[in-house]
Amino acid sequence: MIGPGMADGAPGLAPSASPSSLPLTPGPTAAHAVSIAGRSLGDRIFRVVTTAFAISIPLLLVLIALEVVVAAWPALARFGFGFLTSSAWDPVRGEFGAAPMIFGTVVSSVLALVIATPFALGVAIFLSEYAPRWLRQPVAFLVDLLAAIPSVVYGLWGVFVLLPILREDVMPFFATTLRLGNTPFFSGPAYGPSMLAGGVILSIMIVPYISAVSREVLMAVPRSQREAALALGATKWETIRDAVVPYARSGIVGGVILGLGRALGETMAVTMLIGNRHEISASLLAPGYTLASVIANEFAEATTELHLAALMACGAVLLGVTLIVNVIARWLVWQVGRDAR
Amino acid sequence: MTSPRAVQARRPRNTGSQRAAADRTARSLRRRRASNGVMRVVVYIAALIATLPLVFILGHLLKEGASSINLDFFTELPKPVGESGGGMGNAIVGTLLLLGIASALGIPIGVGAGMYLAENKGTKLSNVVRFLADVLNGLPSIVMGIFAWQFLVRPMGQFSALSGGLALGAMMIPLVTRTTEEMIRIVPSSLREAALALGYARWRTSLTVVLRTALPGIVTGALVATARIAGETAPLIFTAFGNQFWSVALDQPIAALPHQIYNFAISPYEDWHRLAWAGSLVLITLILVISLIARFATRSKFGAAND
Repeated sequence: MIGPGMADGAPGLAPSASPSSLPLTPGPTAAHAVSIAGRSLGDRIFRVVTTAFAISIPLLLVLIALEVVVAAWPALARFGFGFLTSSAWDPVRGEFGAAPMIFGTVVSSVLALVIATPFALGVAIFLSEYAPRWLRQPVAFLVDLLAAIPSVVYGLWGVFVLLPILREDVMPFFATTLRLGNTPFFSGPAYGPSMLAGGVILSIMIVPYISAVSREVLMAVPRSQREAALALGATKWETIRDAVVPYARSGIVGGVILGLGRALGETMAVTMLIGNRHEISASLLAPGYTLASVIANEFAEATTELHLAALMACGAVLLGVTLIVNVIARWLVWQVGRDAR
Repeated sequence: MTSPRAVQARRPRNTGSQRAAADRTARSLRRRRASNGVMRVVVYIAALIATLPLVFILGHLLKEGASSINLDFFTELPKPVGESGGGMGNAIVGTLLLLGIASALGIPIGVGAGMYLAENKGTKLSNVVRFLADVLNGLPSIVMGIFAWQFLVRPMGQFSALSGGLALGAMMIPLVTRTTEEMIRIVPSSLREAALALGYARWRTSLTVVLRTALPGIVTGALVATARIAGETAPLIFTAFGNQFWSVALDQPIAALPHQIYNFAISPYEDWHRLAWAGSLVLITLILVISLIARFATRSKFGAAND
């Protein structure tokens, strides 16, 4: 874009100005030539500096991936693919496997998505279709505030408020009142810290992410789409269901996957609520572990090099999974944005 | 809906089935209207429930935390177990210092990269950078902690405030980049053209006209990014590590509010739980104040300039 010819005033860039208002271009004097050279030098420096800043982002990403793999290398080299499938975790004997953490990460995140998605979509549809104009800003602000609450505060609230409620009311309700206690999913004693607790706190935390993206793509749906459906006699709900949501579908899916990415990597609140036990259990009432929480929880007590490397290997697995999830999500959201334009 | 009468006129013998059809239409219309009403209520309730946790959490924070907040809380060190009172002064100072380091790294790089993206939209590099900035933004903060630990803490040989601040700063980069780009993009192109037409060089136009016009928006973006990393705990476990005492040394471990809250929350002591609640209230207040300043900055200046 910045050719040498563009440096001198670029009169072609202002088509709206009438020709008579343009100043007469002075003849090519020595001083003028110097100033052009000076400008293009400044332009070159400016371009190099901003380009360097821009390139630092891909570099940073590559560096992160590299350093995490280097940190994890002793464990990755020793256990290979067995690290993903083994559920041994014995720092004393030096045996490590991440299967329970992978299981816990996936289950808690999926649970969170199942709980959070309907509410997040509800908020998004409310804000884009139903809410009166004066209510939009405040409600959107409130939901965004949920994203501003630090993970550790969710954890604190979860430990002292949510866990007692789950233990005293919700878990007995599922196990006894609904008679689900005999199914593997709700069997066992209800201590409180559990996969269910982790999933519930995660679901509260990811609602703002899903609803923010969904709201944006819903608002990007062209007016004509709604008007056409209404003109055909559709009710408001039918318009939303058949004309608006399908149009925004891939963007909404992208938002949900983005929420999944958040849930997979959430650390502090989950560490405080999920129970931190290296076990695979079908029961949602049983404690579990996630990739992120094992790192946070055992980092301070890891004394051997191999134990540390095994924790970093959990980080490497987490990095790989979230990278893939984020690329998919961004691609989906980006597609909608491109179509809308 | 006028068609039944027209059809009747043409085929008068068929009135019976026509009436049945009209009945069906009316019934289905009633059903459709009912489901319309039901879904409206469902959407309203879903929106209400989604905002309820916020009310509960903030309410509980106020109830549990407000009573422990006094002057000591801001000026004292945490007391040992068994002694009541004490504060989190060192953690508050630590958090502010960490935010300062993070901003010093994240804001310049983010603004520079954002300017590149806004001025070179559509090029291959800018598309790649924009995409990767979004991907970077979605990476778990704990991964950033591992990275900073391996990249900074291990070579330096010790946990330090500097490594913590840089880890947080790296998290700010993609956030600041994207908001800067958007803010520069909505600067009217006529401003840029006017400056170029007056003979300004491109770099001067970008810095003194475009960037200056977009400045309030960029400040907002930077503040929002700061607010977001202020509550981060996970990266600090591997970098800043925490400190029981006063410290502002960049090469020493340092306490931070969220990290301290975590340590207190998982401890078995009542006094420390109280401090954790009070610390959370202070942390949230800090984040809210930053966010509100950010909103105010855009609304008062940029909103007006943009109209």
